[in-house]
Amino acid sequence: MTSILYLGIMLFFVGAVIPLISVRKTKNYAYILPTTGAVTLAIFGAYLLFTPPVNISSISITPVLEFVFRGDAISGFFIFVISILTFSVSIYSIGYTKSLANKGVMGFLFSIFILSMYAVVLSGNIITFLISWETMSVVSYFLVTFDREEKSARAGLIYAVMTHVGTAFIIALFLILYKYTGYTDFSDIKTAVKDLPDAIKTVVFVFAVIGFGTKAGIIPLHTWLPEAHPAAPSNISALMSGVMIKTGIYGILRIAVDVLGIGPEWWGIAILVIGAVSSVLGILYALMEHDIKRLLAYCSVENIGIILLGIGASMVLASNGLYKLSAIAMTAGLYHTLNHAIFKGLLFLGAGSVVHSTHTKNMEDMGGLIKLMPYTAIFFLIGSISICALPFFNGFVSEWLTYQSLLFGFKSVSVTAKVVAPMGGAALAFTGALAIACFVKVFGISFLGMPRSDHAESAKESSPSMIAGMAILALLCLVFGIFPDSTIKLFSPAVLSLTGAEYMSSGKNILYISEIASGLSPLAILVAMLAIFFAAVVLIRVVGGKRKITYGDSWDCGIPSLTPRMQYTATAFTKPIRIIFKKIYRPRQDVKISYTLKPLLVKSIKYSSEITPFFDRYFYKPVANFIHSIAGKVKYLQSGALHLYLGYILATLILLLVFMS
Amino acid sequence: MENLQFIIIIIFSPLIQGIIRKFKAGLQGRVGAGILQPYYDIIRLLKKEMVLSTVTSWIFKITPYIVFISTIVAAMMVPVITTKITTKSSFSIMGDVIALIYIFALGKCFMALAALDAGTAFGGEGSSREMIVSILVEPMIMLCIFTTAIAAGSTNLARIAEQGYIFTPSHVLALFAFMVAVVADTGRIPVDNPDTHLELTMIHEGMLLEYSGKYLALMEWSHYMKQMLLFTLAVDMFFPVGIAHNIEPSSLIVSSGVYSLKILFMAGMMAIIESTRAKMRFFQLPSLLGGSFVLAVLSLLTFIMIGK
Repeated sequence: MTSILYLGIMLFFVGAVIPLISVRKTKNYAYILPTTGAVTLAIFGAYLLFTPPVNISSISITPVLEFVFRGDAISGFFIFVISILTFSVSIYSIGYTKSLANKGVMGFLFSIFILSMYAVVLSGNIITFLISWETMSVVSYFLVTFDREEKSARAGLIYAVMTHVGTAFIIALFLILYKYTGYTDFSDIKTAVKDLPDAIKTVVFVFAVIGFGTKAGIIPLHTWLPEAHPAAPSNISALMSGVMIKTGIYGILRIAVDVLGIGPEWWGIAILVIGAVSSVLGILYALMEHDIKRLLAYCSVENIGIILLGIGASMVLASNGLYKLSAIAMTAGLYHTLNHAIFKGLLFLGAGSVVHSTHTKNMEDMGGLIKLMPYTAIFFLIGSISICALPFFNGFVSEWLTYQSLLFGFKSVSVTAKVVAPMGGAALAFTGALAIACFVKVFGISFLGMPRSDHAESAKESSPSMIAGMAILALLCLVFGIFPDSTIKLFSPAVLSLTGAEYMSSGKNILYISEIASGLSPLAILVAMLAIFFAAVVLIRVVGGKRKITYGDSWDCGIPSLTPRMQYTATAFTKPIRIIFKKIYRPRQDVKISYTLKPLLVKSIKYSSEITPFFDRYFYKPVANFIHSIAGKVKYLQSGALHLYLGYILATLILLLVFMS
Repeated sequence: MENLQFIIIIIFSPLIQGIIRKFKAGLQGRVGAGILQPYYDIIRLLKKEMVLSTVTSWIFKITPYIVFISTIVAAMMVPVITTKITTKSSFSIMGDVIALIYIFALGKCFMALAALDAGTAFGGEGSSREMIVSILVEPMIMLCIFTTAIAAGSTNLARIAEQGYIFTPSHVLALFAFMVAVVADTGRIPVDNPDTHLELTMIHEGMLLEYSGKYLALMEWSHYMKQMLLFTLAVDMFFPVGIAHNIEPSSLIVSSGVYSLKILFMAGMMAIIESTRAKMRFFQLPSLLGGSFVLAVLSLLTFIMIGK
């Protein structure tokens, strides 16, 4: 079966090399190769889910430098998720990359980026993991800075700094594990880690949360997401937001849950609290954005929070000895991981298609796109409904499971868990309501109403391959929403290997949790809705008869006619939220009035308002300033004269000799 | 048979609206329209021709249907006069209360989208305000539900309604919070004024401004159903005494009688609240809704601490 893996990897390699051969004349059909590669690797992922762990290959270069690749159910699940998104994004890229300047480079980086993500989830020891992880970070850095603009360069810098801070913690945690267990292989570490003192385990746990949390984008380590995701080309944003940040989740699961095993209760509580804070603040910041891609990036922070709510609940329940319930909570977390990859991928592809066609990312310049880009509009709507967790799309199922998992917290022994878990549920409810407001704003302002600018007026529907890429993901949103039991069966081996228990839902096309005697059947809801729809149509016809429809202008209070400028704007839509939550946003506004005759005749009024990005201003800026000032002082050591550097070396040598002796 | 009890809500919801209006008229010293007036309104609207704005898209046209059917599907999940709801077969609708809240949200989401569809400022205003109110109300409803669900050990409404004990400290606190949520969610004074068409104060009516004819009929009818459904939800969660646990005719008759009394009581409460309160300024709402959110948190904590 590993031959399938090799086939898939070969396809990606060829897909990476071909665009390089003829950088100028690359045909976009080269993306067929990653597309087929994704199919083969999806099969391999499914295979890993249903077999015992497989040793794929280990290449020993020196005794220290040994590459070990190993797959188990957990890697299988993530491979499956990556493959699904890769498949549709590759199809989308055929049309999307047509107008790019450096097509060949894009094709190369695209395939290598995906390969590095596969390598991360298949790594079996420390050194392999770190090399794959770095490759992924570096390649994605090049993709973020792909549009050679100043903004992208800035975003790339922030991304590079943040991702390396995370990597530093990851390296530290691996060094600690190596020092105390003496192994580099994950499976050896896992068996040896049981004898470690609790303090060491705690340090490893905290480092894992910080290190991998930076990649996942938990608050307050999220600052790179709203910079890097909008800067990258949209097909890459979809991959970064859909699956790359999931490698952070993979790392947390691998180290904090799989390797370290069941820890003290406060670990789970900590993850729960981080999840709750990330989800609420993530969506609150998303609401204030007018840049459609920045908004989606903040929304990823929110969804990572929801995933962590499920995982945290699972850890809390496991440490309270409730293994079956812990499995349900883990199912919720993994289900949302899968779902978020699909709908966030879809939304970024949709946003990419809009930006591609209107040449603006600002929602205030869009409007009325539903008539000009009908397919993009309907797929974007499906993505929005899914991300808002509304029935009967996929987000609904995973959020329902998350609610149930948080309510299970009440069954645990400790009072802390009893209080914190339902409060996590309240945070999730708050997040859910904010998410609906957020996506009503996105869809309503950019797709409905009248076009707000010439850009929007001249928008055209995207090419067929881009539509096909979105259509696949939209269909999957529906499929994973209607058949939750089959979906859960697909990844229950991963849940089993993470929690030691399984969630098996009894019944067909139904999620039933016997502990609480309640269940959910999205298919039944869908069928009932369709039935009622036809009944309603018949009823209206019988009672009302056939009536003609007159078309006219919207209600304009009698003034001559409405212009697009009179529509509600995105800023106006969220203004009440900005006022109500001003403690969080700390909004600043600026009104400039210029007069022809003061104070009677006003010439123009200019209003601008912005919110204070709390963490940027009060945490990152002081840190950055501090580093700058240190660097300014260190600068004097760098005279540029060779003899001085030789002197430094000599001094260091003498100091070392003194200390060593 | 027991799965058809939602028809009660479909049929009688305009009547409840009529009764509330009559009560209100009485309290305000007016004669008021007959209690059947909402039925006449719906039938008259269904027979009228429609005027649609040229700016609108298909979102505007499917929204009335989505709102209507999502409200009915939500009604299918609620035990009205008996708690005997089949829960384990594939094609029965199951009474999970969290799913119910999200099905409601589906309708609300589309209503807010449709309001933005016509490209007028009134629609946007209504849409924006409705979203703000629901942001403040939804966590509160969820917390009330958590309290009752944890007490019953299930999120299934039938199981919750089968709980015998009522008026424990936690349930009383949750009931107060839930009543505020019902007032806010049905668009009543002091949160919204259902009788106004004054552009600057309307919330729910602002979203319906562009609708006419059969679409408006569907929206209005859904609104009546949602109101009765929320009353039923409150009844099921907080005073379920008297609801039948089987489908024997005798107990069903008793249960129907008790149910109508409870709903009439709720309707009376609404009329009294509306007649004695003044509408609040929009930006005073956070203090009202935030206050009752604290009540909901307290109710959950009370249950955790003292266990009842």
